[in-house]
Amino acid sequence: MCRYHSKQISIVPNILEVHQLYRKFQSGTKTLTVVNDINFSIPEGISCAIVGPSGSGKTTLLGLCAGLDRPTSGSVSLNGIPLNPLSEDERAQVRNQHVGFIFQTFQLVPTLTALENVMVPLELRGEGTKEVREHARELLESVGLGDRTHHYPAQLSGGEQQRVAVARAFINEPKILFADEPTGNLDTETGEHIEDLIFALNEKQGTTLVMVTHDLELAKKCDRIIKLKNGQVFEDSAVEPEPEAAVK
Amino acid sequence: MDQRKSLMWTFKMAWRDSRSNRSKLFLFMAAIIVGVAAQVSITSFRANLNSSIESQAKELLGADLEVDRNAPFQPELQEVLDSLGGDVSTALEFNSMAFFPKNGNTRLSQISAIEGGFPFYGDLITEPASAASAFQENGSALVDEPVMRLFNLQPGDSVKIGQLTYKIEGAIIEIPGQPVAASFFGPRIFIPKENVEDTGLLQRGSRLEYVSWHKFPEGTDMIAVEERLRELRDEGIRFGFDTVEEREEEVGEAILYLSNFLNLIGFIALLLGGIGVASSIFVYIRQKINTVAVLRCVGVSSNQALLIYLIQAASMGLIGSIMGAALGSLIQLYLPVLIQEFLPVDINLFISWSSIAIGVGTGLVISVLFALFPLLAVKKISPLYSLRSISINLLQLLTNRTKITLSAVLLIFVTAYAWLMIGRIIPAAFFTLGLVACLLLLTGFAKLIMKGSRKFLRAGFSYELRQGLANLYRPNNQTTILLLTFGLGVTMISSLYLTQDMLLGQIDFGEEEDLPNLALYDIQYDQNEGVNEIITSSGHQILQNVPIVTMRIQEINGMNAEALREDTTKDVSGWALNREYRNTYRDSLLETETLVSGEWIGNVDGINDVVPISVEDDQMENLDAVLGDTLTWDVQGIPIQTYIASTRTVKWDQPSPNFFVVFPAGVLENAPQFFATTINTNSREASLQLQQELVQAYPNVSAIDVGQVVETVRSFLDKVTFVIQFIGLFSIITGLIVLAGSAATSRFQRIREAVLLRTLGASKKQVIKIQVIEYVLLGVMASITGLILSLGASTFIGYFYFDIEFVPNFFIIGVEILILTALVLMIGLLNTRGVHNKPPLEVLRAEVA
Repeated sequence: MCRYHSKQISIVPNILEVHQLYRKFQSGTKTLTVVNDINFSIPEGISCAIVGPSGSGKTTLLGLCAGLDRPTSGSVSLNGIPLNPLSEDERAQVRNQHVGFIFQTFQLVPTLTALENVMVPLELRGEGTKEVREHARELLESVGLGDRTHHYPAQLSGGEQQRVAVARAFINEPKILFADEPTGNLDTETGEHIEDLIFALNEKQGTTLVMVTHDLELAKKCDRIIKLKNGQVFEDSAVEPEPEAAVK
Repeated sequence: MDQRKSLMWTFKMAWRDSRSNRSKLFLFMAAIIVGVAAQVSITSFRANLNSSIESQAKELLGADLEVDRNAPFQPELQEVLDSLGGDVSTALEFNSMAFFPKNGNTRLSQISAIEGGFPFYGDLITEPASAASAFQENGSALVDEPVMRLFNLQPGDSVKIGQLTYKIEGAIIEIPGQPVAASFFGPRIFIPKENVEDTGLLQRGSRLEYVSWHKFPEGTDMIAVEERLRELRDEGIRFGFDTVEEREEEVGEAILYLSNFLNLIGFIALLLGGIGVASSIFVYIRQKINTVAVLRCVGVSSNQALLIYLIQAASMGLIGSIMGAALGSLIQLYLPVLIQEFLPVDINLFISWSSIAIGVGTGLVISVLFALFPLLAVKKISPLYSLRSISINLLQLLTNRTKITLSAVLLIFVTAYAWLMIGRIIPAAFFTLGLVACLLLLTGFAKLIMKGSRKFLRAGFSYELRQGLANLYRPNNQTTILLLTFGLGVTMISSLYLTQDMLLGQIDFGEEEDLPNLALYDIQYDQNEGVNEIITSSGHQILQNVPIVTMRIQEINGMNAEALREDTTKDVSGWALNREYRNTYRDSLLETETLVSGEWIGNVDGINDVVPISVEDDQMENLDAVLGDTLTWDVQGIPIQTYIASTRTVKWDQPSPNFFVVFPAGVLENAPQFFATTINTNSREASLQLQQELVQAYPNVSAIDVGQVVETVRSFLDKVTFVIQFIGLFSIITGLIVLAGSAATSRFQRIREAVLLRTLGASKKQVIKIQVIEYVLLGVMASITGLILSLGASTFIGYFYFDIEFVPNFFIIGVEILILTALVLMIGLLNTRGVHNKPPLEVLRAEVA
């Protein structure tokens, strides 16, 4: 399957548009250009991997795309909303409405239980506690943690913590999900389990997935791969379907 | 989401987020608890005291009106007083030696010879109770309870005052309006006025105070009475008077000053608590950076993020303040025990809700204001930090404008509070300035120590010493916070201690051989030889035998008192003009005197010419006089013309008779005079022995036992400084709590370091040694810094307030350094307790959980 191709044919609106994006940092007297004139757009519903060696600007690009950082120049539009003119709080609002996150280091709030961690995005929207709780519980069950809802992050294994993070990422049914090395801190087996979860939920909710990874195997599971080198797009290609998948 | 829901969620989040950290925040709360407790206990106590004074106002005076004069009342005054009607009680008050034949003890005492029903309000409390009224009927005496106890006296024993021996009717426990501490300056003895003349103590030269107390019928217009008395004074009739209202005001004012002072000392404890709050919130927020970043990622607004932690800090501040208020209300019950002796009223204790409200309010405001420094940085925590772990300095996240605004608000609050306490803006501003200067100095010292330890570090040092030293300046070090909090507490307590020591050092000359330890006063002309005979025959050496002539100023440069008052170009102090002068004559200057200007003339021949005199330098100012001015003296009826030939300074702190005015020899030899003599008796026992002999032979001669005076002043200062130190102690406690708090918040880092060292093969002993070195260094630095500042403060106080040169007592300083360092070390080691005996991994797991 290759949604990227199929959806390229029919006209699908772009969920993420990046235009002439630059991000420079001052390091002493030197200026480092970490993101250097990047342009791309991602249509709704596809999955896209951003790959590249360490220091190629992957995570910086992800931060810029998600509105966590401001570019030195250039623009980013999320779901048709240009991020540049928005204040920090307006961007937070956009993230709450349309964006989900999964981090390499899980980033659960250590003082909240698994259930409470998952509830946060919806609670922030002011939705009724009871419904939110129920929804969060269902999501935790769907990631296989129905019996761990009242555990604190420190009481969970790495894989379990990342599953909680996945549940949290999907609870607000985001239009787009940003994942930063989601399996980078996990062993292969647990990592694969998490990958499956992400893709399954992605499929189910029709979410667009933008994922930063080193793992080429993981990247190949996406519809499209953007390869970065020295802060620039080095290659932007659709993934060919695997032969076995085609047979299936 | 709507505002209400958003707020609800924020509160819920604040509650959830604080869950695992509440115990860590407890120490922050403890700092506030102690600070607020100090505040509330003092303000509550003041409220209690004020209400007690109000309800016992009449007891303060024991009458509606008290009139006093150092001579018999003038007929005009007596006439007015007689016309006022009501009940009258009169007394003659003077100081005299009291001799207790039972065991031969003597003591210079405050004698009141009383007639009539004083006190009209309140009770003269005696043991037995009947003695209060019986002593006048039975012609017996009442003696102060402390001296009864000291000399093991019982009712029925006797006391000899002058020529008369009185049976002791009972012990004086309490006199309305007089604090127990009044007996510090000599025991109080009441005798009937009826036959006081027979004591033989009322001769010329004795200092007598004539007093009358009046109780007026209900409805008497006190304002009219006051006006009438003032009119009389305006007519030039000199006397003093006090009404209930005036006395209440005077006492209230004195108490206000005392409690304001204590309150400010307590306030410093609260401010230290504030610094503790800021430091613990800093560390707390540092641990929360990731959480905030993630929350910002999922859509929490910057204001919401700030509010989550502001709610936590404010709640802790509020709970701490409430607990502090409860503790303060308890301590308030103990305060009267400390200072009842100094108070002229009995204190009614009650809970002062207004004080509690002020205390809780101040505690809350201080918590929030100080917490805002790190909290405002929360707004600036970028969601990007969730993607990368970036080491950030919270303070650098704040703009300079924010920092300046916040500091200004804080300073305004501190000044406003001090203004409220002191009642005047200038001293309040100085309080704030002093505090800021002190804190800046302490911060400066901290920076210096960190820089110094980095420079001082040598590769040749042992591993433990290098690590311990490096811990002083490594990231998350406790140098600054410890110096600030502990240092300030040490500065305060130590300044008090050193100042007290300095004051005591000034009067403690009992051991010095060439200085007198016994001074005799009121020796009559015809007794002088006899007294000298007793002294020399007992083998003692007379250091000085000085004649004293009493006189008053009649005219200055030909102008009498009235003319001087009316002349607006002259600024003669009323006290200097009207007082009875006790002058001497001699042919040379003493060692304790230095000529400032003019020419010392030691001898003249009779009073035919204008007599050259020497006037003390400060007194020249009081008299608004210059060299060469003429003074006409009224020497007991005979006018003597003099001119100021010289001025001199006098060392007043020596226990020998000193004089404002010295006449040359050859003028006053035939004037009525009495003598003062100073002696060195080698030992205290010999002095007591001599006093007994003298009192029996010459009962009117008063003896001032220098050793006794030093002891009295010492015990008085001890009590006063104890009260101040008790309040100052709150600062030390707060300092320790803040230190414990800052140590506890760095516990995880310390433990990780310790575990890492253990993992790499360090022995338990090595790890402990590193920590001991670090905390001993911190303790020594903090106490030395505090002590240096307190030395500065004491020198300053000595120079400006007491005009004495401050010589530090190095023994006290050494002991202080030892104790303080031990305290710091103890807290530091308690902080890593339980780490050394467990396997490294177990420790780490337990800490992470």
